[in-house]
Amino acid sequence: MDIRSQISMVFHLDKCIGCHTCSIACKNIWTDRKGAEYMWWNNVETKPGTGYPTKWEDQEIYKGGWEKDGDSVSLKGAGKLRGLKNIFHNPHMPVLDDYYEPWTYKYQDLFTAPEGDDQPTARPVSLVTGEQMDVQAGPNWDDDLGGSKDYARQDVNMKALSSAEQEAMFQLERMTFQYLPRICNHCLNPACVASCPSGALYKRGEDGIVLINQERCRAWRMCVTACPYKKSYYNWHTGKSEKCVLCYPRLESGQAPACFHSCVGRIRYLGVLLYDADKIEKAASAPDDQLVDAHLDIYLDPFDPEVIKQAKANGIADSTIEAAQKSPVYKFVKVWKLALPLHPEFRTLPNLFYVPALLPTMATVANGVYDTTSKSLWNGVESNRLPMKYLASLFSAGNTSKIVEVMKRLMAVRLHRRGLTVGDLNSAEISTAMNEVQMNGDTADAIFRLTALATFDERFVIPPAHREESIEMLENTADVKGNTGFGFKERPARGL
Amino acid sequence: MTNYLLFIALPYASLAVFLVGSIYRYINRGFSVSSISSQFLEGRKLFWGSQPFHWGLFVLFFGHLIAFLFPRAVIAWNGQPVRLLILEITAFSFGLCALLGLILLVNRRLTSRRVQMVTSKMDIVVFIVLLTQIISGLLVAYHNRWGSSWFAAFLTPYLRSIFVFNPQIDAVASVNSLSLQIHIVSAFSLIAIIPFTRFIHFLVYPIDYVWRSYQQVIWNWNRKNIRTSRSHSEGHRSLNN
Ligand code: SF4
Ligand code: SF4
Repeated sequence: MDIRSQISMVFHLDKCIGCHTCSIACKNIWTDRKGAEYMWWNNVETKPGTGYPTKWEDQEIYKGGWEKDGDSVSLKGAGKLRGLKNIFHNPHMPVLDDYYEPWTYKYQDLFTAPEGDDQPTARPVSLVTGEQMDVQAGPNWDDDLGGSKDYARQDVNMKALSSAEQEAMFQLERMTFQYLPRICNHCLNPACVASCPSGALYKRGEDGIVLINQERCRAWRMCVTACPYKKSYYNWHTGKSEKCVLCYPRLESGQAPACFHSCVGRIRYLGVLLYDADKIEKAASAPDDQLVDAHLDIYLDPFDPEVIKQAKANGIADSTIEAAQKSPVYKFVKVWKLALPLHPEFRTLPNLFYVPALLPTMATVANGVYDTTSKSLWNGVESNRLPMKYLASLFSAGNTSKIVEVMKRLMAVRLHRRGLTVGDLNSAEISTAMNEVQMNGDTADAIFRLTALATFDERFVIPPAHREESIEMLENTADVKGNTGFGFKERPARGL
Repeated sequence: MTNYLLFIALPYASLAVFLVGSIYRYINRGFSVSSISSQFLEGRKLFWGSQPFHWGLFVLFFGHLIAFLFPRAVIAWNGQPVRLLILEITAFSFGLCALLGLILLVNRRLTSRRVQMVTSKMDIVVFIVLLTQIISGLLVAYHNRWGSSWFAAFLTPYLRSIFVFNPQIDAVASVNSLSLQIHIVSAFSLIAIIPFTRFIHFLVYPIDYVWRSYQQVIWNWNRKNIRTSRSHSEGHRSLNN
């Protein structure tokens, strides 16, 4: 067992209101610079939709991530041979137009336009060339267009549905969408790190944050291709790639990353997961239908004495183990089994987990009559607005039973709470739902609490970075005992 | 006098500038060491230019290097006319590839507005030096046959004499070929401007990727490596500390 600690995350999609506050918080801190204008380390997509960059999930186009290769995995569009061969021109790299051309407006024109019959206007100009342009796309161009032809129907996950199922999904009464905020997943098996020919990308041992060393990046651009989530971006001005840093300077000083901190819907949770690094290869190469289980199996129980012992032996701080025990992510992912990784079939073992949105239906349509007199509060999960197959394509590598399980658990919590607060439900119905997922009332209440009422400190459990102790790697503090402050380089010995 | 300047002073000056400049830039200006690819702004035209250009140069570079390192072997290989012809034709076609690629790349810079935004003055110098270098090389190969043989016989001794600090320029000075002299001079100029241009990227070609492990984990601070008293050799500092 090689136990390490990982800062991991949960996004609760039922709570996301699509306000993009997270994106703006990130942009203001990190990417409001020349060459980075088009980057959104945090972006919020509407699903179904094509996303940013357009169709990023389609690895037939972008060749991101890993593919199963016998007992192991190999990079789909990069790697030692392919990388060095394609170094002069990377055939699968997205270009600016796959994201969008960033622009601003000529605000000065509003002041300097000569007097005339028309209102002066501020025309859009490109932030790349400075020339006037017609805006064709933006980072959230398909915002809220859940039923649209150009966006929703082009969603790559639609391939999982038959055409009849797709039509059913786009019926007016069923039409729906959910938001999908995305940041870098700080994966356990990061394709970006593996693809970098100059070794500029690395995973931090202490907290698992994946970073790009700007001094060592040589613009070979392989990480842009290799990251299946397209969360490594190329800065066209500096000639260096950049990515989400999980606000590590904030984390090191005990603050939540800006997108977490600012999240209006309070959908975001952050905490430590302990995992067994020896299991990574095996989990990454599990067959598709077992991927989620194999992935979640990597994470260990922080209360298990054996795990604690091994973790300590591996140099993990007590405070980190304590944080792992309080981790909201551990609860959502491992204890309550409510959160799933996004596109596990990319096999990077992402550390950002999503609680899918419930989107239940209350009414049925029969013979053109819209009937709300359903027998129960909601129809079963199978008739939720977003088909289970669609969600399975997003969150469980096509394994529908995983999604149905999560949905049933979420529904049980709602029914239980409805029973408590409104009390209009038949108690047999509630207990059937609870028994089916083997959940008791206390668990359901705890889930409710962490979902709906959690305070800042419950949502973000950040282990101290202990940078203050890192001097011990350079010097044994006992050696300098008796020395005087910072002023002396030698012991203040008596002069000659 | 000019010969001394061109074939002794220039080589030593440019090698010195190259060595000092590249090392200085690598250590002190690490952020600027990059291929500063512009594929992100324009990908299609880059493919048709960059591929033939780089692969052409790649082969030519190693061709020159082999003739420099193993002149006898090259002369022996050229002993049979068929083999000589194969070698010359291959080298010449890769030269044409590089030229064609370069012309397409220049054209790309001229026609793509976005690429122009990231074009620096030094990029223009790079283009001029490269054009001179490749065109003069092709002219030499065409007019002064057969280059692969006499490079090994004449130029290798000259180049080697430079590296052993005993320059013998009689051979190069007596050759009556302007294009060859241009080729040599521009080659040394090219070496001299490596630290000041994007040429620097070929020094950091990531060959170590071949033997590196795929995943990289760096510990900023490793509890196992905490130093015990007075034993400053125990453990090692992580790279980015
Ligand atoms: S999401 Fe992409 S950029 Fe982030 S660690 Fe995973 S592979 Fe790398
Ligand atoms: S700030 Fe929170 S609620 Fe708003 S879009 Fe971002 S994730 Fe969703």
